[in-house]
Amino acid sequence: MRPFTEHMGIAIPLLRDNIDTDTIIPSREMKAVSKTGLTDGLFAPWRYTDATTRSLNTEFALNQDIYAGGTILISGRNFGCGSSREHAVWALAEFGFRAIIAQSFGAIFKNNAVRNGILPIELRSPEVEALADWVSLRPTEHRLTISLIDQTVTAGPLGTSRFEMDPDAKKMLINGLDEIGLTEQILSDIEDFEARDSLARPWIYLKDR
Amino acid sequence: MYKNIFEKIWQAHEVKRLSETQSLLYIDRIFLHERTGSLALQGLTQAGRVVRRKEHTFCTMDHIVDTYPGRSDDTEMPSGKEFIIATRKASEEAGIHLFDIADPDQGIVHIISPELGIALPGTTIICPDSHTCTLGGIGAMGWGVGSTEAEHALATSTLRVNRPKTLRIHYEGTPCQDFSAKDLILHTIRTLGTAGGSGYGIEFSGKAIDNLGPEARMTVCNMAVELSAFTGLIGPNQNVIDWFAGRDYAPFEAQASDARAYWAGLISDVGASFDREISIDLTDVKPQISWGTSPEHCINFDSKIPDPKYAPDKTRHDAWVRALEYMALKPNTSLQNYPIQAAFIGSCTNSRLTDLKAAADYLQRTGGRVAKGVKAICVPGSGRVKRAAEALELDQIFIKAGFEWREPGCSMCFYAGGESFGAGARIVSTTNRNFEGRQGLGARTHLASPITVAASACAGYLCGAPL
Repeated sequence: MRPFTEHMGIAIPLLRDNIDTDTIIPSREMKAVSKTGLTDGLFAPWRYTDATTRSLNTEFALNQDIYAGGTILISGRNFGCGSSREHAVWALAEFGFRAIIAQSFGAIFKNNAVRNGILPIELRSPEVEALADWVSLRPTEHRLTISLIDQTVTAGPLGTSRFEMDPDAKKMLINGLDEIGLTEQILSDIEDFEARDSLARPWIYLKDR
Repeated sequence: MYKNIFEKIWQAHEVKRLSETQSLLYIDRIFLHERTGSLALQGLTQAGRVVRRKEHTFCTMDHIVDTYPGRSDDTEMPSGKEFIIATRKASEEAGIHLFDIADPDQGIVHIISPELGIALPGTTIICPDSHTCTLGGIGAMGWGVGSTEAEHALATSTLRVNRPKTLRIHYEGTPCQDFSAKDLILHTIRTLGTAGGSGYGIEFSGKAIDNLGPEARMTVCNMAVELSAFTGLIGPNQNVIDWFAGRDYAPFEAQASDARAYWAGLISDVGASFDREISIDLTDVKPQISWGTSPEHCINFDSKIPDPKYAPDKTRHDAWVRALEYMALKPNTSLQNYPIQAAFIGSCTNSRLTDLKAAADYLQRTGGRVAKGVKAICVPGSGRVKRAAEALELDQIFIKAGFEWREPGCSMCFYAGGESFGAGARIVSTTNRNFEGRQGLGARTHLASPITVAASACAGYLCGAPL
């Protein structure tokens, strides 16, 4: 996994509540058995006036030159709610996003994000709105600086906002850790658990059929 | 020390505490499906890993497979066949049990896992599907994960989980007649908002919950994810415990009585505490219908469509305006003014026998026929539900009324590029999400209970069953 320590980039405001994973990547855009090749489908319902012909909706921020090269998304309450599809995170990562700033996140989306090197940052509504207003004035110049180490977002004259971060997720992102590898190192704990648990709950342990 | 149901299940599965906030939890059962199952299994193989406990891992075909009678590997969804074949191959190579298209037990993952006794009270079960929380209805702790976490569980039989806070939602009061489990959960989402359960494991309790059977309880917990909760749970009562007798993968003989005693102990202790408790009064609450594009956009079926002028804040005002525009509705008007083009009964929310029975009873009681111009579809949740319904001749009631009677699967709960209700179609649906484009490009979804869907299908416009 690509580690995340610090990042400076252009931020794209998309200030709506409840942006669900169906909108981030619709089911019809998940055409192949693959974790890649998803960028065309990213935000397809909003990015295109006609998803079949791929006619661009020029009013949508992702299609506007001023936001070209954007790597940070700013959104409202409950970003990434709905379906558990990790394709939503894969599509955002493949498009180039490194961090999402929102009021809150869907629980599964947040888990998926940190496992793919995307930093989910939760800030309060007035801070989110102030950031969105400031970056939209001059997106290419008004870049945001994010430090995961310090847990801060810095935005020129607005100063620095601090965000809360789960310490385990932070460690994983900073070091780009592979969780499965870490757990495999404590396999004996799992085996010990099974030995105890198979006495307490023998019906759980099915015979291989 | 008094414990709630969430703490009991959590502690019984805690392999190791990894930090103050995170534990390594034992995962009893893993269920995959053809939409993402092959991806998780392929990822595992590519990393040189294997499924650690094949006998605890299952897979079904539900998300992509067609539901037309006489279906095959070919799908309406472009490239759907590729997913089906890849899943079949990956399941075989991994050595896990697949409920394939022609299997008599095939069906929607969250319908078949309890039906076969794979999910049991007190188990942890994960699936790369957000509605895995459905299983809270039988007292199992289920939650949806992405593909990366599914790989972790496949490789290690565990997951690293941040412990959520606990929330108890307690229901009081007696609602109106025909108020179903679906109405209860829609009313809850409307009351608390779609982020209302964020960060919590929720226990649903109170008389209105106690009275619900196992299937209705699963309808309630199914939509805990629409509150953005980690999961939803209901303490198993004797009905739930008895419901598992004789199910294929459920314990039998000597183990069964131990298991039953264990399950009976899973309810929250009297005096157990929660991080947060909420009480919701259901007195005189009527059946619910969603009007907008979020599950929190619900009203009593006979109320007027809300006016954004009275939205609680600016973001919600803007969201309501957008939703009304997408749904082609006018504020302060009645739902009865809006003709529908489609009616759908099915999905992991409402495709169990009791759901089909409620709708069929309504059709039989009223002698109702699907109105002209309405495409009505009924999709049983599993092969077993379908056969049980046919044994009761419910299929005949649906067909006579003008419904299509389909093969089991997720079907039109979401649009995957294949079958669609069409742009601009107004659909009344027993599913769980009314997002823009969820059931087709430009399709307009109204969420409701099976009875409300049957009543609206016959009326030809949005309405509830007459009280």
